[in-house]
Amino acid sequence: MSNTYHLTTPLSEEDVTKLKAGDIVYLSGTIYTARDAAHKRLVDLIEKGEELPFPLEGAVVYFVGPTPPKPGEPIGSAGPTTSYRMDSYSPILIKHGLKGMIGKGKRNQEVKDACKEYKAIYFGATGGAGALLSKAIKKAEVIAYEELGPEAIRKLEVENFPVTVINDTYGNDLYEEGRKLYEKKED
Amino acid sequence: MRTIHYDDIVKSVKNMIMHTATNLPEDALKALKKAYEEEKSPVAKKVIEQLLENAEIAKTEKKPLCQDTGLAVFFVKVGQDLRIEGGTLKDAINEGTEQGYKEGYLRASTCDCFTRENLKDKIGYNLPAIIHFDLVEGDKLEIEYAAKGGGSENVSRARVLAPAQGKQGIINFVKEVISEAGPNPCPPIIVGIGIGGTFEKAAISSKHALFREAGSPNPDPELDKFEKEILQELNNLGIGAMGMGGTQTVLAVHIEKNPCHIASLPVSVNVQCHSSRHSHIEL
Repeated sequence: MSNTYHLTTPLSEEDVTKLKAGDIVYLSGTIYTARDAAHKRLVDLIEKGEELPFPLEGAVVYFVGPTPPKPGEPIGSAGPTTSYRMDSYSPILIKHGLKGMIGKGKRNQEVKDACKEYKAIYFGATGGAGALLSKAIKKAEVIAYEELGPEAIRKLEVENFPVTVINDTYGNDLYEEGRKLYEKKED
Repeated sequence: MRTIHYDDIVKSVKNMIMHTATNLPEDALKALKKAYEEEKSPVAKKVIEQLLENAEIAKTEKKPLCQDTGLAVFFVKVGQDLRIEGGTLKDAINEGTEQGYKEGYLRASTCDCFTRENLKDKIGYNLPAIIHFDLVEGDKLEIEYAAKGGGSENVSRARVLAPAQGKQGIINFVKEVISEAGPNPCPPIIVGIGIGGTFEKAAISSKHALFREAGSPNPDPELDKFEKEILQELNNLGIGAMGMGGTQTVLAVHIEKNPCHIASLPVSVNVQCHSSRHSHIEL
């Protein structure tokens, strides 16, 4: 039922359209971190027609605000934050080429519709597994908005970063489907 | 009259914060292992396996369990026959918090409500701490601490029910809150329920209920039965670990009950993610 894939960023339309909700994906390559404040700035730049701090085409964005790294570490603990706070910004980024988002928790209908229309994937990473997930991050570099601290945009080099497909390009939602399988209705 | 020095409190608070950030307490670990054994969904089982692995990595590599190292929440019991020397108790707890979060390489997560500006330079690193004081008999100082993350606070709710709604009304409200929360608070979760008192008393009780050892029996047999009934109802929702569907959504339900006004039935639901980082010291 569920397939496992190893994909390298940037993601192509072919990469994302073969994925189905529930599939497990190990991502490698470059991904970019952004939370609420950074998303607001990215969308402002798009609206003004200005250049973004990283190329959006095929990009994967990770919703994370890591802990400060200890000396010698590329990054601190780095698990996903709750994604709905990015819902009002994500469709615009998807429309401009974003192919993947990594977070945790539900997305709204506009995001799911954008994933379907413009072919993008919402991946879930395991929330609260920040120590484990940080091991898949080999390099980290702040590339924009350093003043935002944990909310700055970081360029991450990842190797086999483990995620699960929550919303695919066909309108499927793992949260809804998974829950239906185990829900016990009252008699 | 017994005396404790300000610096000793700072040091103890700092140590408990740094230790708690990387060491998942035994009760939470035990509850997760039980959930792993009992989970029917292979997808959810895999998630819980990652959580157990994460706890092991955090402990051995001294890396925070989660990047959301929370706001620092304290329940403090101060013996009436105790004197604090060298500064105020509140300042000592805040200073210990700042030192612990800084030296532990934990995240500073406090910000201004409107500008959203991080307050680490204005007020202090991850300050202010949230502190609830209680004055008690004796000459001891008891400090309970929890690192409370944002995801699970965001789905917490309080409501004042009509007395006629009774226990069934409480069950319905709690189910509504947890069902709506779905994957967002990082299940499997612990659910703290404060019943009675006034509006704010219910909320504080629901927070304090989370500090009890996960899954330990409620000393009140009626509440213990009620907790088990709610636990079953919530697990029937099928949300599962990280919301991907499963049988183990809630690790434990803890209730604290207070007498209330004849006109009201306040209920508060405070949710705790699976990374239930709390600790307790007595000085």
